Amino acid sequence: MMGLAARLKERAIHALLFLCAIISIATTLGIVWVLIEESVKFFAKVSPIEFFTGTKWAPLSSEAPSFGVLPLVCGTFLIAGGALIVAIPIGLAAAIYISEYAPPSVRRVLKPTLEVLAGIPTVVYGYFALTFVTPYILRPLYGQTEIFNAASAAIVVGVMIIPTISSLCDDAFRAVPRSLREGAYAMAATRLEVSTRVVVPAAMSGVVAAILLALARAIGETMAVALAAGMTPKLTVNPFVSVQTMTGYIVQVSLGDTPADTIGYQTIFAVAFALFLITMTINVIAQRVLKRFREVYE
Amino acid sequence: MNGASAISASDFVPRIAHRRRFGRVFEWTCTVLSFVGIAFLAVLILRVLWEGLTWVTPKFLMNFPSVLSPEDAGIKSALWGTLWLMAITTLVAVPVGVAGAVYLEEYAPHNRLSRFIHFNITNLAGVPSIVYGILGLAVFVRWWRLDRSVLSGGLILTLLVLPVIIIASREALLAVPKSMREAAYALGATRWQTVRTHVLPVALPGIMTGIILAVSRAIGEAAPLITIGALTYVAFVPSSPLDPFTALPIQIYDWSDRPQAEFHHLAAAGIIVLLGILLPLNAVAVVVRAWQQSKKAW
Repeated sequence: MMGLAARLKERAIHALLFLCAIISIATTLGIVWVLIEESVKFFAKVSPIEFFTGTKWAPLSSEAPSFGVLPLVCGTFLIAGGALIVAIPIGLAAAIYISEYAPPSVRRVLKPTLEVLAGIPTVVYGYFALTFVTPYILRPLYGQTEIFNAASAAIVVGVMIIPTISSLCDDAFRAVPRSLREGAYAMAATRLEVSTRVVVPAAMSGVVAAILLALARAIGETMAVALAAGMTPKLTVNPFVSVQTMTGYIVQVSLGDTPADTIGYQTIFAVAFALFLITMTINVIAQRVLKRFREVYE
Repeated sequence: MNGASAISASDFVPRIAHRRRFGRVFEWTCTVLSFVGIAFLAVLILRVLWEGLTWVTPKFLMNFPSVLSPEDAGIKSALWGTLWLMAITTLVAVPVGVAGAVYLEEYAPHNRLSRFIHFNITNLAGVPSIVYGILGLAVFVRWWRLDRSVLSGGLILTLLVLPVIIIASREALLAVPKSMREAAYALGATRWQTVRTHVLPVALPGIMTGIILAVSRAIGEAAPLITIGALTYVAFVPSSPLDPFTALPIQIYDWSDRPQAEFHHLAAAGIIVLLGILLPLNAVAVVVRAWQQSKKAW
């Protein structure tokens, strides 16, 4: 039998470990509480209708401040959408190659090497977009490209989320039972037909979840877009001009001298709140989709 | 029902040659697209080396940044800031993260609270890093009055990487076979003795991989630090956790954002130093993971 001291020690350790585990809940509550507290102060001064439907974002202007968040949302989705256009075909093709075609030796090297793309600090992508992609790739293709533009940001963010799509899709493809593939091969299907008509449809929820997680990552991406896309909030779908994203705006205010408890300071909480809600919604949907797919094959 | 819609064997046109040719084109396309990301990585690294290698000198490592003479500018304060952040983040995040994972995997009852904590950690991993910066600004900088100190920065990075450590550690603990635990219990070990002497040592390589990836994520982050007002121009080295600071990614951002070419060379040199720390860390994580997968002998 355990002595009293030993039992107390076990209890203390149990309690300590529990405390460490619930720090995550405290973090979430902290985020929600902070965002709501400051956003409430913001919405006491600016009507939510103006914030969510206004088409002009100039909150720091001294003469005519304007608080329509749509230009920031537009810039964010312009870049995230462009990033998906880059990342979906490349990421999916890489996943199909890694799971269906590549010999094991290539797969062992290719997958971790692709994951390095996600490990490179995003500020490095920003530097590369600004000093290489825009002047040496975009400008020769389209002369009127501005120095700061959405396209260069979309390209580098797209590259950075390739591993999110390729790794998760590869995992999903590999979870497809072998018997499904063998059934198709037995009916004389080619490898292409097995990949695109058996494996990809069977792993569809994994593919959808991967794309959603990549989208959430692109929306929340900060340093690359702050450097490459510029600081001009604009309601446009032209990728060759300077825009501003929600994250880019938060960086701009943080770098300046905006005193606490002014409306300019409160805007970053309202924008961050909107950003948090958007990414959280996408992530939760992705988890749901992923869970359904796990239940089918495990 | 008549046979109008029935398919007979004679309706099947195999078109084998056509399908095979199409399959080869598809295989080639996937192979090429798989290597697009790696080609991009290669161009990025070559470009950075080309622009910055000659600027990485002892002077660059030992000098403080200078706005007036880029030739004499260095990363001393940024490098020390990054080392401080690494130390604080590792000291706090590793014990808390591993303890949290041990609780969830070894102690937690299978109830709604445990499921909620798990769901919550998965979602926290998807929260944009800049939102953590906003949390830190309100909680650490203003409420706890830690100001714009390197301690505030380290605590924010801790919260940011905790989900990474917890998720990786949980997976490592999950992979430890039940028989190991039962062997310890059979000898009369308490739960904590079982965890300490049997489970943790076996799970150590997996946990280490998670820690390395978490630390490398923390080193590359700039967005949450900019949000709490980490400075871009610092001519001193922090001597206590409560001193103001800058960090490598912030210094790189500042130099990249300036229009003059000299500063872009400095940014490239900074990136070389940053990647010189990060890529070896990533490589170690990949090797540990591969070694671990190869020796799963139970």
